[in-house]
Amino acid sequence: MKPLLLLGDEAIAQAALDAGLSGVYAYPGTPSTEITEYIQHSPYSKQENIHCRWATNEKTAMETAMGMSFAGKRSLVCMKHVGVNVAADPLMNSSISGIVGGLVFVAADDPSMHSSQNEQDSRFYGNFAMIPILEPSNQQEAYDMVYAGFELSERIGYPVMLRITTRLAHSRAGVQRKPQLPQNKMHFSQDPKQFVLLPVNARQRYKQLLAAQNDMQASSLNSSFNAYYDATDKSKGIIACGIGYNYLMENFPQGCPWPVLKIGQYPLPEVRIRQMLKECEQIIVIEEGAPVVENTIKGLCYEEGKIQGRCSGLLPRDGELNPDIVAEAFGLDHASAYARPQVVLPRPPALCQGCGHRDMYEALTEVVRSLGDDARVFGDIGCYTLGYLPPFRVLNSALDMGASITMAKGASDAGLKYPVAVIGDSTFTHSGMTSLLDAVNANAPITVIISDNETTGMTGGQDSAGTGKIEAICLGLGVDPAHLKVLVPLKKNHQEMVEVIRQEINYPGLSVIIPRRECIQTAARRKKMQAKENQA
Amino acid sequence: MKIDIILSGVGGQGILSIATIIGEAVLSEGLQMKQSEVHGMSQRGGDVQSNLRISDQAIYSDLIPQGQCDLILSLEPMEALRYLPYLKKDGWLVTSSVPFVNIPSYPEAEALKAALDAVPNKVVLDVESIAKDCGSARSANMVLLGAATPFLHLSYESIEQGIRDIFSRKGEDIVNKNIAALQAGKAVAEQR
Repeated sequence: MKPLLLLGDEAIAQAALDAGLSGVYAYPGTPSTEITEYIQHSPYSKQENIHCRWATNEKTAMETAMGMSFAGKRSLVCMKHVGVNVAADPLMNSSISGIVGGLVFVAADDPSMHSSQNEQDSRFYGNFAMIPILEPSNQQEAYDMVYAGFELSERIGYPVMLRITTRLAHSRAGVQRKPQLPQNKMHFSQDPKQFVLLPVNARQRYKQLLAAQNDMQASSLNSSFNAYYDATDKSKGIIACGIGYNYLMENFPQGCPWPVLKIGQYPLPEVRIRQMLKECEQIIVIEEGAPVVENTIKGLCYEEGKIQGRCSGLLPRDGELNPDIVAEAFGLDHASAYARPQVVLPRPPALCQGCGHRDMYEALTEVVRSLGDDARVFGDIGCYTLGYLPPFRVLNSALDMGASITMAKGASDAGLKYPVAVIGDSTFTHSGMTSLLDAVNANAPITVIISDNETTGMTGGQDSAGTGKIEAICLGLGVDPAHLKVLVPLKKNHQEMVEVIRQEINYPGLSVIIPRRECIQTAARRKKMQAKENQA
Repeated sequence: MKIDIILSGVGGQGILSIATIIGEAVLSEGLQMKQSEVHGMSQRGGDVQSNLRISDQAIYSDLIPQGQCDLILSLEPMEALRYLPYLKKDGWLVTSSVPFVNIPSYPEAEALKAALDAVPNKVVLDVESIAKDCGSARSANMVLLGAATPFLHLSYESIEQGIRDIFSRKGEDIVNKNIAALQAGKAVAEQR
């Protein structure tokens, strides 16, 4: 069969479909978004009625997947690394309850923060929850690991984490498929206590989880994803995790002169690593993200300077790895023939011309500048975070999904006179609704701008959970209807917007302003689709 | 056979459709490839690049090492220069000459030209007016791809077939316009 040319994300999606998936649950987030989109666009999903609608956030995604697993079917949960924080509660408890239908939890990390606020390493979460982690080095492995991951999950009775990073998620290569498996039939746990985590049950389940660590160790030790390549020169031994293996081999295309342990499945195969520690003079760990493996194996054998990696300083502690960084660690030369000319300037991303957020910021900036130091604007996560950059330079914060409203409230509690929150519609329903309820209950004198473009814009225009419901949600939470204002962010409405924003900022209670205009990207796409339909 | 290409431009210019067509051609010739893309925040008018690696052997890294890139293919002149540290000494730079100005202090035309002139192996062409001249203003990226064909080590026929495969559902007229643009670009590169 001719291989399919797939992004790492698409390979994961195709594997899940082939492995008999019944539902994918996810909230969009770079670099994980394309997994769910691939399943949504697949004709097979429609034909087999596979659930693929976006969830409101990562926590609802994980919980719904647990419901599907409870009913015996296979589910896939996908999110970016910071989304794992949001899903951490059900994730941690899913390893206490265990699963029935296979559950693969994809955590897509973003080292170098191409499109994120931090570069946290999701392997901590996998280890924290004490579940197996699979970490592919290429697109074919991503496919194979998801396909095998469902089986592993059902065999051991726990969720399995698949950890990828941006580079693999967004790189294409040829992928060979495996046979199509049917979906599981609905079936339930034989143990009525399994999913009821009252302390009396949870204590038992936790002992079971601890006991299951031996199975997980044995599985890692025998796993084909953990391959050992011996060599006679034992002055070094290399442990290369996930795509770290690629950067090693890129530098030694004729074969690495030292023994290499390629890690693709965790918990780490301890017996194998102890053997390497005994045989090799020095161990070099090449891993993407935090020094998780480097620091773990120090617990197996600590000898000053013996274990080298991102913690010891052999490799940089932060940022994405690449072939040049790894070459330098081995003293290999990757010199450039040409320098980057000085005329080359940074070209930062910007809000699209014609975007409604721009018109909102034009008006907001004018009001905020006139208020001087008494006003601060708390931002949130989305395209509109770019309000920090020129020409607006108006945002003072961007912490996490939903924090604009709660930080504005906290600053108000501290005595700031004019706190303003700016949040998008999708981020609002993801994590801003509870923040708003706190503000309503305190009648905090803050102004919340829900800049509604009726989509999840930054990740490419996925459906937004609150479209058509934002006013109803605000009113339901108790926002005063007299201070709930809807505007159309267009140049011609600039004066009106300035007046409304000024008035509501001056009001000594809670106001919500909703500037609403469809994202120009999704609007253009919709028009194109309509034109096509009219033609047909 | 091994060729490493960096495609560059500004978010929204359409470098990925060039990559898709090369990808089709690569698969039809039975070669291996890896192609990394930029998604997310930078797509909003920021600098974007794609690393495209083609080989008849296994390819490990998704990223091209410094000083080892055979070809920089760019839809924007300043973006072409951004990746010079990756270019091999005898590598080629094929770029559009038309600046995409969306930052306040974009370099002066002379300074940009001087920096381009310092690169020995290059094809600099106005892909937009060439596309317009052959009646296909929207196919500027195919003009650029055409100008790169002498350096790709793939048969011209398989590139043309790639265009047919990708655009066939849009109709014969679109296919022909894109192929005309491809040929126009190829002609410029061959006259150098």
